[in-house]
Amino acid sequence: MNVDPSSLTLAGAALRLSAREFTASELLEACLRRIADTEPRLHAFLTVSEAEARRQAATADERFARGEALSALDGIPIALKDVFLTRGVRTTAASRILENFVPPYDGTAVARLRSRGAVLIGKTNCDEFAMGSSTENSAYGPSFNPWDWSRVPGGSSGGSAVAVAAGQCLAALGTDTGGSIRLPAAYCGIVGFKPTYGRVSRYGIVAYASSLDQVGPFTRDVRDAAILLEALAGHDPRDATSAPVETPGYESLLDRGLDAIRIGVPREYFHEGMQPEVESSVREAIALLESLGASVEIVSLPHAGYAIATYYLIATAEASSNLARYDGIRYGRRAGGAATLVDTYRQSRDQGFGPEVKRRILLGTYALSAGYYDAYYGKAQKARTLVRKDFEDALARCDLLVAPTAPTTAFHLGEKLEDPLSMYLSDVLTISVNLAGLPAVSVPCGVDACGLPIGLQLIGKPFGEATLLSAAYAYERSTHWHEGRPPAAPRSAA
Amino acid sequence: MAEAAFNTAPGPFGTTEWRVPGEFEEASVLCYLHPMKITREQVRHVAALARLELSPQEEERIAGELEAILGYVDKLNELDVTNVAPTSHVFDVGAAFREDEVRNEPAVDELLENAPDRWQGFFRVPKIIE
Amino acid sequence: MTFEPVIGLEVHAQLLTRSKLFCACSAEFGAPPNAHTCPVCMAFPGVLPVLNRRAVEFAIRAGLATGSTIAPVSRFARKNYFYPDLPKAYQISMYDAPICLGGEVRFTVDGAERRVRLVRIHLEEDAGKNIHDAHADASLVDLNRAGVPLLEIVSEPELRSPAEAAAYLRALRETLQYLEVCDGNMEEGSLRCDANISIRPTGSDRLGTRAEIKNMNSFRAVERALEHEITRQIEVVSGGGTVVQETRLWDADREVTRSMRSKEFAHDYRYFPEPDLPPLPVSPEWVEEVHRSLPELPADRRARFERDIGLPAYDAEVLTARRDVADYFEAAFARLRNAKALSNWVMESVLRIVREKKLDEQLRIRDWPVTPESLAELVELIENATISGKIAKTVFEEMVATGKSPRAIVADRGLVQVTDEGAISAAVDRVLAAHADKVSEYRAGKDKLFGFFVGQVMRVMAGKANPQVVNELLKKALS
Repeated sequence: MNVDPSSLTLAGAALRLSAREFTASELLEACLRRIADTEPRLHAFLTVSEAEARRQAATADERFARGEALSALDGIPIALKDVFLTRGVRTTAASRILENFVPPYDGTAVARLRSRGAVLIGKTNCDEFAMGSSTENSAYGPSFNPWDWSRVPGGSSGGSAVAVAAGQCLAALGTDTGGSIRLPAAYCGIVGFKPTYGRVSRYGIVAYASSLDQVGPFTRDVRDAAILLEALAGHDPRDATSAPVETPGYESLLDRGLDAIRIGVPREYFHEGMQPEVESSVREAIALLESLGASVEIVSLPHAGYAIATYYLIATAEASSNLARYDGIRYGRRAGGAATLVDTYRQSRDQGFGPEVKRRILLGTYALSAGYYDAYYGKAQKARTLVRKDFEDALARCDLLVAPTAPTTAFHLGEKLEDPLSMYLSDVLTISVNLAGLPAVSVPCGVDACGLPIGLQLIGKPFGEATLLSAAYAYERSTHWHEGRPPAAPRSAA
Repeated sequence: MAEAAFNTAPGPFGTTEWRVPGEFEEASVLCYLHPMKITREQVRHVAALARLELSPQEEERIAGELEAILGYVDKLNELDVTNVAPTSHVFDVGAAFREDEVRNEPAVDELLENAPDRWQGFFRVPKIIE
Repeated sequence: MTFEPVIGLEVHAQLLTRSKLFCACSAEFGAPPNAHTCPVCMAFPGVLPVLNRRAVEFAIRAGLATGSTIAPVSRFARKNYFYPDLPKAYQISMYDAPICLGGEVRFTVDGAERRVRLVRIHLEEDAGKNIHDAHADASLVDLNRAGVPLLEIVSEPELRSPAEAAAYLRALRETLQYLEVCDGNMEEGSLRCDANISIRPTGSDRLGTRAEIKNMNSFRAVERALEHEITRQIEVVSGGGTVVQETRLWDADREVTRSMRSKEFAHDYRYFPEPDLPPLPVSPEWVEEVHRSLPELPADRRARFERDIGLPAYDAEVLTARRDVADYFEAAFARLRNAKALSNWVMESVLRIVREKKLDEQLRIRDWPVTPESLAELVELIENATISGKIAKTVFEEMVATGKSPRAIVADRGLVQVTDEGAISAAVDRVLAAHADKVSEYRAGKDKLFGFFVGQVMRVMAGKANPQVVNELLKKALS
């Protein structure tokens, strides 16, 4: 049976597995073949867990043979960004400092997938310690956009986005701290969902910025995202910031449609410097939403222009503290031949961390340092309150906000590496959402003249994932963008 | 819980003038220099705090980069935040506790396997002279 | 010019929770290196802290006992610095919003009652241990202690002498033991004390530059270290110098404080609110619940021992100095309502054994060799004249050695006191007959010989004669 993973959704595959049209092992082999074919070009994976995945698929098949599927995820090959700790499977955070680190425990999100029978096919590439917007900061080399190999897939969860877009697996998990799920989803033409802060447990993901990080799925379509979110969401006693709220049956709530839904369009998100095709695609999408029953109004997020500054002080400050544990004493890379303790610290970290990580650690340390706290970190925390209030006000009048996910489509590899600040600015449309802790999703809404995907971002109220998903679903069902697949032989460097 | 209300963290935080008796903090070199211009010396100081070792070229480069970034983030000074409470936690998820019970997992051996240098159950580091 | 010292104490008390502050590892002392660890307290990637409810309860108990204000909301903060015994390279502590503010500790020094106010009490996690002398070329790190809950109790700089400091510390320790939140063992490190000390001209109200003194591992060390430091600071100032603000370690062997300044100590802790822990709410209801469950505090118990049980002030003080001793006494008293006799036995014999066997620092009555019930039984045997007080001492030693009950020992060794007048009379006659010369001397006026006769009768009776009866019959026979 010739299974083509790039033609399957998770939900579709689940039906076929139950109907025994193919086995989980066949599905896995098809994914592994696809990986073998495309990895030399795409470099989406850092670790492919062939043997382990085969065992899991075989066990899933035994269950299917007995008619005892564990869930809709049973037997489905799913990839994990390499910041998810997986017991017994190397987890590097795309850094040299964890090059040979094998975790002794599974994170909660991973454990939930495992207990539902998912086949964990491997660990995907990302920006080192999730710091970046292009996956170019990986210590193991970048990943490549399957729509155009000369371009970035976005970041930091680039590898996961590539894996799904290229049909190497049926879904993947990423993390989103400033846009790291939504941006790669937009650049790669797939669905990327960031839940409300606290909706999904952070226990077991390599921490970048504790008050901003969230776990979320990459999928081919919105239904798959709903299925995965149902599996992932829920209070975790191991995560004191996880919300003690019920997880709705997201999949069953998809059909609510857009009647009486009020959509806000933040005027600050449509600005000069935006790629014209991005703007026009998004405006078309908004018009479509209106025709489907939503009412649309312009809203204002007056502090939008301060979001990046706010983010880069808070995130880097928290990161500078979270990454201080990497000292080579209990795990991870230790510099050989260091004579003193201080040298051990400094050399291990110097050798282990890449330039962007060092830059952010230094910036964060500076923002917290004596004499500078009030001016930088302290001020940023207050600015964050203003950003949150903007959204609170806007979402008092609307159920959702709509905007582009990124001001442009995928840029070329190397284009923004010289100027870190310009790289930071590509997050401008996603970053405020993390500051406010809100749920948001990117769905494909067009392609530009070069055939590069464009993402539409929907932003919801706190714990309003159901509304977000049903709106995105309604949009998707009226369009065909989610059916797009990267060309077999994409254009290379111009 | 339906769509939750926003929570603003009560009270200001981080008045650096306040000290716990017994906490001595050496005055930072950075205090007395203009925040906009970042010197290599400042970079070196911050790198020491973060236990990072930078080459002279790296110091030079990073000084320039930090200066640019800090120049950008200085736009926050346009904001009037006098009566604004800082956000430490976006939502009020209530208190989270653990009951006082002992659990042993995962097995300690597995935990210690990742250590680069062990000796008789301890982690080993270069001699610290106190 | 005379100077007066100004002293503030910072006490860290290890809490008697079963598990650590932020993970479920055992908090018990004494395990093999790194046996009590998990990914959380070892700071593996991806881990998160979750707060031990009982530790908060213990903090509330302490705050109630000191009359502090319990904050309705308090907040954890990260204190960032690098050291191998600090796996996360930050300690989760509290900074600007501690769980308790204010309060006081009362103590007696030189017969006078003093009160010293507290600045604050907060919760934080302990660090692990670095061991420098077990390996020739390396330092070793044991993280068993990393994450154990600590209560930090900070006093205002209102202590005026080393003696006051020691008395304050004793009173604080007593309170914490009474609350069963800390066992107060300074030698084992479950109670630690750092001091901030400065001097100023007597009568001045300005504060001088202070030095921080660490590494004082006993009450005695606290007094000695502070005495030494006062002298040192006075010498510096009298010599025209100024006291340097620094950290100094007490060297108990050489009895001096040594500066740590030579060490690279640029500590910028970069405190910021702990994002992984939500603010800690403590409701009035919770405080009330803890209040209702508070054990009786030392001063109240002392008063009750005097007033209701009828013990003299001295006895009440000694018996209530430690909660476990007070509990022990009361358990015995419940069995036998002879307060004074029991008090004497506890103070003289039981506590002696406890000190000899080095059980001083343990809070657990069940580990003491003589149970309160057996002690009561022993005293009862004396009370009903089954044995004499002297024999009882022998029985007691055997109780300690064998753990057998007093009745069993008396029965096995046939120690029942003889009260039979006939038998004693016979012994008296024998003794007087054997020492006729001394009888004459006694009748002639040498009263002291009475004791000799008593002793001789006791020898004949193998010590088992009832001393009162012996005395009566001897008196009669000798008159």
